[in-house]
Amino acid sequence: MLSLGSGGGKAAKPSFISYVTPEEIKIKDGEISRKQKQPDLQPGEVIFCSAYPVLKCEGPQRGVYGTLCCTNFKISFISEESLSEETAPPLSNKLLGENDIALSCVDQIYGVRDEKKKLIIGGQVKNKYPPKLLIYCKDFRVFQFCLSYAKEEEAKKIFQGIVHHSLEPKSLKCAFAFSYCEEVLSPEVSKKIPATVMFESKDNWKLELNRTRSSCKVAHVNENYVVSERLPQYFAVPFAVSDEDIRKFKGQGVPLWCWSHSNGSALFKMSALPNVQDDGTSQVYQMFVDRMTNAVCQNQMYPVKTQDFSSGFLPLADLQQSYNKFKQFFLIDNTAEFWLSDVKWFSSIENTGWLEKIQECLNKATEIVLSLEEENSCVLMIEEDCSDLCCLFSSLVQVMLDPYYRTTPGFQSLIQKEWVVGGHSFLDRCNHLYQKEKESQSPLFLLFLECVWQLLQQHAPAFQFSETYLTVVSDSVHIPLFSTFLFNSQHQRDTATKLEYPDSQRHSLMIPSVWDWSLQFDWKVQALFTNPLYVEKPKQDKALRKPYRPKHQRQFSLPNSSSKPSPRKSFFKEETDNLKKMLSGMRIGKWINATEMQLSATRQFYESWQRKPLDYHGLILPCLDGPAIKIWLQRYLRWIPEAQIFGGGSVLTMKKVSDLAAEIEDLKNEMEKMAHNMHAGNTKKLFFSSFHAPTRLSSSFPFASLRTWSTRPVIPTSIVQSLGSVSNLAEKEDEDTEGVEVF
Amino acid sequence: MEKSESSESLGSKLSSSRQASIDSLSSSSTSRSDRSFHLRSNTCKSPELRVLGDSNNWADLEEPQLLPNESLKETVKDVTYICPFMGMIRGTLTVTNYRLFFKRVEKDSAFVLDVPLGVISRIEKAGGALSRGEVSYVLVCKDIRNLKFAHKQDTQGRTSVFETVMKLAFPVSHNLQVFAYEYGQIYPENGWKVYDPSAEYKRMGLPNESWRMTRINEHYELCDTYPVMLLVPANIPDEDLKRVATFRAKNRIPVLSWIHPESQATVVRCSQPMVGANGKRSKDDEKYLQAIMDANAQSHKLFIFDARPSVNAVANKTKGGGFESEDAYQNAELVFLDIHNIHVMRESLRKLKEVVYPNIEESHWLSNLESTHWLEHIKLILAGALRIADKVESGKTSVVIHCSDGWDRTAQLTSLAMLMLDGHYRTVRGFQVLIEKEWLTFGHRFQMRIGHGDKNHSDADRSPVFLQFIDCVWQLTRQFPAAFEFNEFFLITILDHLYSCLFGTFLCNSEQQRIKEGLQKKTVSLWSYINSHLEEFLNPLYVNYSHHVLYPVVSMRHLELWVGYYIRWNPRMRLQEPIHHCYKELLLKRAELKKKVEELQRELISRSASSSSERAASPTRSVTPVQTFV
Repeated sequence: MLSLGSGGGKAAKPSFISYVTPEEIKIKDGEISRKQKQPDLQPGEVIFCSAYPVLKCEGPQRGVYGTLCCTNFKISFISEESLSEETAPPLSNKLLGENDIALSCVDQIYGVRDEKKKLIIGGQVKNKYPPKLLIYCKDFRVFQFCLSYAKEEEAKKIFQGIVHHSLEPKSLKCAFAFSYCEEVLSPEVSKKIPATVMFESKDNWKLELNRTRSSCKVAHVNENYVVSERLPQYFAVPFAVSDEDIRKFKGQGVPLWCWSHSNGSALFKMSALPNVQDDGTSQVYQMFVDRMTNAVCQNQMYPVKTQDFSSGFLPLADLQQSYNKFKQFFLIDNTAEFWLSDVKWFSSIENTGWLEKIQECLNKATEIVLSLEEENSCVLMIEEDCSDLCCLFSSLVQVMLDPYYRTTPGFQSLIQKEWVVGGHSFLDRCNHLYQKEKESQSPLFLLFLECVWQLLQQHAPAFQFSETYLTVVSDSVHIPLFSTFLFNSQHQRDTATKLEYPDSQRHSLMIPSVWDWSLQFDWKVQALFTNPLYVEKPKQDKALRKPYRPKHQRQFSLPNSSSKPSPRKSFFKEETDNLKKMLSGMRIGKWINATEMQLSATRQFYESWQRKPLDYHGLILPCLDGPAIKIWLQRYLRWIPEAQIFGGGSVLTMKKVSDLAAEIEDLKNEMEKMAHNMHAGNTKKLFFSSFHAPTRLSSSFPFASLRTWSTRPVIPTSIVQSLGSVSNLAEKEDEDTEGVEVF
Repeated sequence: MEKSESSESLGSKLSSSRQASIDSLSSSSTSRSDRSFHLRSNTCKSPELRVLGDSNNWADLEEPQLLPNESLKETVKDVTYICPFMGMIRGTLTVTNYRLFFKRVEKDSAFVLDVPLGVISRIEKAGGALSRGEVSYVLVCKDIRNLKFAHKQDTQGRTSVFETVMKLAFPVSHNLQVFAYEYGQIYPENGWKVYDPSAEYKRMGLPNESWRMTRINEHYELCDTYPVMLLVPANIPDEDLKRVATFRAKNRIPVLSWIHPESQATVVRCSQPMVGANGKRSKDDEKYLQAIMDANAQSHKLFIFDARPSVNAVANKTKGGGFESEDAYQNAELVFLDIHNIHVMRESLRKLKEVVYPNIEESHWLSNLESTHWLEHIKLILAGALRIADKVESGKTSVVIHCSDGWDRTAQLTSLAMLMLDGHYRTVRGFQVLIEKEWLTFGHRFQMRIGHGDKNHSDADRSPVFLQFIDCVWQLTRQFPAAFEFNEFFLITILDHLYSCLFGTFLCNSEQQRIKEGLQKKTVSLWSYINSHLEEFLNPLYVNYSHHVLYPVVSMRHLELWVGYYIRWNPRMRLQEPIHHCYKELLLKRAELKKKVEELQRELISRSASSSSERAASPTRSVTPVQTFV
């Protein structure tokens, strides 16, 4: 490690180099080629360009020289220093090292010249290149590369290369997955993960219908996508829906089954039929939708409530805008900025609106759960393409209601069912191809993970997976190697992977699924995905799901299904209003300030749920009050040195619990061994206690390595006071009364 | 329990967190009730919940179980408690010389409110549209809640029960004594013995060749707000101390609070120098500070931390106070820590209460929280302590800390810095010593800041200085979950008894007053109670890494409002992660399994012994102990 002494005030080069003198670079021309190291390449990966020597800055006083190169997969910095195993971050990724940035993980690039930051926009790069490059990543890493020591030609090339490959539109076939899969012949990859249900076959759906005891049927009318390219090949619909109905409007207006509650209610989603001016057509549409809704009713023997998302609830553009503002607070490249943004931290975060969006989502999901759980009615979600908010709420509702979806395989199956097969347009929403028209971009999937994280931090023992797992899932979205998050639909995937000239063995490319975690992580590292707090279901309980237990409803009786006159026409909004009126009349006395007690239906629902004994294998609901909604600190702060707590952080608690859990597991094995008087297999479960952290843990564990960070405390700079309003008090003397002693 | 746990028992949960600390005092019996299994029964935060008798007995209890020497004063039926969370609850109100006890009438739904009179800050007759013939009263409490009651106006003109409460709640204003003087519980431990100054200094290797112990304050003649035992530089004779005292506000001369075991860098506390508008100097004071610096061979510098904002320090000059000029004190560097005064803090807490009690507004939580500045103050205090700890540990430099009088912000800073530097203070007993030493004996004016038993609620001397300190400690425990021997419940218990007036610990303003009052003889120490029920206050995650200095991150990103204290009355907010609880369960499970394994081993051995010598080699490997790390 080059430690670039402070100051170093000799004739410094402009901008960044104020603390590095050219003399410090002890490289003779001849040595360059020898010292230049090659990056680790994946199959199918090719280097486009590289530059040497490039200085990677780590904090204001440190830097390391190495080679910067750009491939068809990643931007890679290869340090001259060999990194010892011990200092590598615990969560080492097999595909991408700590100095590798997947091309689609690049969020923004800035050129720095004369201390000024300028945003680089793809397609507008001229011959000049900035001496210093600042790369912000979608996983919140921030890299600073100084190009001024490299040969001019190389520096120019690497700059243009990086900008071209990460900031300019490209075609789907350029996604690295395609080059990779042409090299890797492993058609069995996706079969390695039997625990995750992919929902690509009829049987998968049948099993799921059985598991939830649903009376829906699997439709296979769309085999080979003959009816619709948006729909998957197999899906489930109410019994009364015929193949003809599905064909009629290419699957639009048909209720698609999502999940069935053990009490008989169920969740459905539907693509809205287009709004038309023509009265005749509109009537035809309406009649069709009515008939379809009726089909749901008949199927479930319960009334149906409609949730219409097509009318501007949670606009996708707003989400993107809000997240854009939010993430900026975590892409920090210097200490001054860190402390400056600390001053009005809470209001700044609030102004981004991101936490509010999370709150809104959880609230809406709770509303749907309320209908299914308490009111015994089915919920039909309607959206233009039923592949955005429908995916979000459908999966969120299932996480809250169904403990199976809170296990790791269950959660992965859920994402398969609702998002991947459900046709969420990952390609467009994540803007993997860097299309100029960014309107379709929206962080919906991230929002889902955020909501799950909130549930996880409120009810940790209900989840089999850890916070780290969720963070890794959110990172994996930006690795263009997995089919899971790469396509807009199953149809697009199947078309894109079809080989034009199939050889004898293969008809299509098998792009790996992200759920095959062994592609990214060693099994030992995967231990970090297990939540040591998870309370496993007692073994004697053989049924997959708890039988429905009647709920205690003494405090107030919620409307029940029989009282509803016309289930088809009952819209959710009215329902909640009625409910609200009813509820507010119940308990609130006239002495209580009416506005204070205007509790929404979901609030009441939460409170009544809260009073019941908690069952981690039953329904879980989020608390939505301001103090309960938190920032996903692990995801957002993990790379910011100033924010690391050395020897602390919640990871310490997890570590302790993991240790204990591992010990208990050991004891159990021991017992098993003795009971059978033989050598039993190894521990099946693995906790992250198997990491004997060589250095002290920090709150950034398991992401950043501590090597480059100083363990000296971070003293806030520039504490700008915002306490102006209290100045009259501030000027007062502490002890203006001499105080007549009381005793 | 689970069955009756449904809707109606919210009440008992609501009150139980108070009971958790108060009621448990009454009887040392009662094991943890089953309900602590229940996440939301609030026990996750204080799994140690103890209730009076069996929890099911709540319904049968008409009156509170009285503490020794607690006596019933008045019982009134048909009182309505207007709960901001549950609406109106009718019940019976009982008042004793220690508490206010309210119990719901209906047998099937237990609801109990048990409030020590000491937490009441003021009682107001509330106006508003009530049904005819009713009167209502609001009890504004020091522990971030208001209690509203109503009852029928007495037609015979008898005074309301709340008039009685008003007398009992403010005994000092009525020339009476607080209940602590009557409370007669005997505990196996004597908490008054927790802090022995000479033993504590001895632990630090003091006195040594550079620091001597002086008895100059034996009769509180040098400084009446300081303790008897003081540590001063060895080469400064007592005569000089007197002259230094004249130059320091309230005669609070610089004395040693803590010494680094290796570098000999020290934490020294005092009050502001009496510089005045004319920039007065004192050769003795300058010499004295030089001696403090010289006592540490590692550094040729001395840092003086003035806790105040520089503006305020300058303003103090007009009143005779001020700060050390770097001209007069060579080799000393003065740093202002920008911590605001007691009035600003009081105002901030008032705003915080507005934001969190009774209900939290649905939107703008974060900006509302920010507008109270509470966490900003916490950040500044922690940042100040961090800078001090860093100078002592990394810079090996001695530091002198003062504010104006050196008993509010100075106590916060020295005690927090010491908590960061010295693992001993992170144990239960060490923390008690820290409070005794830095707060009680060095004259933090608890009586004035809290106003025990005093009806003058708007007294400008009241301020949540100690609460802020405990909040800062809580922030540290959040960031270092395994570094403290005590748990959150310990901190909450301390705060509850800061106001309850059940124990003598937080009475009076200084050591001198406490001795004069004979508190050690007449009252029970809070530590007697805590140390007799230690189990409940321990953090199961604790790893003793005593030589590890804690450097918290004092960024807003890691500071959090202490929901478990400030919003604990709101039943919706009882959702803290039950990690400690889970951990305890795992510990139990491990113990159980260990036992089973041992049994099996014995069985195997006996079996293999009987069935001839086949393989005696079943060396069941011993279980690996818990990995301690850091």
